[in-house]
Amino acid sequence: MLRVDEAQQPVEFTPGLITKFDDIVSRYPEGKQKSALLPILHLVQAEYGWLSSAAMDKVADYLHLQDIEVYEVATFYSMYFLRPQGKYVLEVCRTGPCCLVGAEKIMDHIEQKLGVKEGDVTPDGLFSWRGVECLAACGYAPVLQIGPEYTFYENLTNESVDKLIEDLKAKGNN
Amino acid sequence: MARKLLLEHINVPGINTFDVYRSKGGYASVEKALKTMSPDDVVEEVKKSGLRGRGGAGFPTGMKWSFLAKPEGVARYLVCNADESEPGTFKDRYLMTYIPHLLIEGMIVSSFALGAKTSYIYVRGEMMPQIRILEKAIAEAKNAGFLGKNILGSGYDLELYVQPGGGAYICGEETALLESLEGKRGNPRIKPPFPAIAGLYGCPTVVNNVESIAAVVPIINEGGDEYAKVGIGRSTGTKLISAGGNVKKPGVYEIDLGLPVEEFLYSDEYCGGIANGKRLKAVVAGGSSVPILPANLFMKTAKNEPRLMSYESLAEGGFVTGTMMGSGGFIAFDEDQCIVRNTWNFTRFYHHESCGQCSPCREGTGWMEKVLHRLENGHGTLSDMDLLVDVSKKIEGNTICPLGDAAAWPVASAIRHFRDEFEWHVTNASEAVVRNYGLAHYADPLDIKETA
Repeated sequence: MLRVDEAQQPVEFTPGLITKFDDIVSRYPEGKQKSALLPILHLVQAEYGWLSSAAMDKVADYLHLQDIEVYEVATFYSMYFLRPQGKYVLEVCRTGPCCLVGAEKIMDHIEQKLGVKEGDVTPDGLFSWRGVECLAACGYAPVLQIGPEYTFYENLTNESVDKLIEDLKAKGNN
Repeated sequence: MARKLLLEHINVPGINTFDVYRSKGGYASVEKALKTMSPDDVVEEVKKSGLRGRGGAGFPTGMKWSFLAKPEGVARYLVCNADESEPGTFKDRYLMTYIPHLLIEGMIVSSFALGAKTSYIYVRGEMMPQIRILEKAIAEAKNAGFLGKNILGSGYDLELYVQPGGGAYICGEETALLESLEGKRGNPRIKPPFPAIAGLYGCPTVVNNVESIAAVVPIINEGGDEYAKVGIGRSTGTKLISAGGNVKKPGVYEIDLGLPVEEFLYSDEYCGGIANGKRLKAVVAGGSSVPILPANLFMKTAKNEPRLMSYESLAEGGFVTGTMMGSGGFIAFDEDQCIVRNTWNFTRFYHHESCGQCSPCREGTGWMEKVLHRLENGHGTLSDMDLLVDVSKKIEGNTICPLGDAAAWPVASAIRHFRDEFEWHVTNASEAVVRNYGLAHYADPLDIKETA
């Protein structure tokens, strides 16, 4: 859900980001710049960590769209975050083939290790986690991904998850 | 050892780079097509090859291409469907990761055949690493003169772009994919008009799966007739199978269509049998949407003939005793797996992924998920199975796109073949909740023996 307080913070896209937007828009025919919406929302989310309504309104301005056209897309697709997340969002595949080889136990372990429920952020702001639907990596199950690079971690065990979390903690906010 | 048409060079170091790929004969099909063939010749070869769409529907690719409308002065588009999201399927990810130039090469030849000047590869958003790989490969190909203006001096121009999705299974449906590519919610369109008449931006468009487009490369290199010699009957060529679940060696395998399922499942060249010395209980042969089969019906058809990995053999017996090739997402279940739990899990997936446009699918998937959840958690009743079948029948065929069917089939087939396991969850509710698995007596061989 959109939170009004956080949504009020003004957003200004950097010239570097705008250049990337321009490059994406150039891929489509004249007047079809709306096609750039999904890729641009990915870039905005990579920059800010989530999509505030202020950021979405800015995207609408940039693409000459109604605000609602951006909201309806941002709410439809599961990759877009509509509220702040941890710096590292651990997204664990929870669909059939992964569950055949223990994905549910991995999620339980992550919940215990991080001490927060699915969707919540750790107090230090570093982590959140959630179950997501099939990530098309069933042969390397169980798997998780971490955006915005969407790096993949395969054949997970409790130990490999522990190590991953420790490594990310050491990296911290850098 | 089966012949590899797509993955022959997959283990060559550096095959993901243009130079190595080229040194192994890469981009020869572009040279052949652009220098010696007309676009119609290319379409003709693909028709002769008998290639069937590798995304799941199995519709002949050459025929799909021949439906493309070609009005004067209107742009035409080729869009590659790389929104691989069907549970059990991960072949396209594999192909794009390790041999991206094969897809780029196929896109160039296919775009030439269709007269497309701009083509898009729509990749599911979660595959950002693959998107970067493809973008690098496109830049390399462009640098070498295989993309851009006047390719190889032929006068043919092509620009190729990669488009990320946003994480929605429904965008694997071709009209939902086009909506998404236009920057909208992924709601499938009502057909007709089909994309061949009015697709991307209302222009004639062909949407093909990654593997279908990659297969165009060997078809042009060797000729459609040669390609058609591989395989069996109307299942021509090779197919990438994603093997997962409880097999000993999960991974992507290229097989000649017509390979016996027993060989695929148990030979060391492929899956190597069931992991941890367990027995096979059930198989989902073509991705989560296709009917699940118990081990005995999977290994042999109801006519007691050995089943083969081909479109026809897997479908032998219809939905009563058969299944489908689908996208080649092969999921094996060992004797300890619970069919009720898995069916609930798949149904939750379809409920989550329903776009919400059609009431039968939006409401029906959620209803089935709730009923299955209560069965799995020991609160079911014996009438729930009939209720589930009833709901699934009311979804099937009553929706704009096939997601409704895809949600209905796994439920209907699980109850058809494993009804006593569902009933056991009602009659032994307390045990079913504690024990995370169901009945093992479906496992192969068919001796009735419960798992301890």
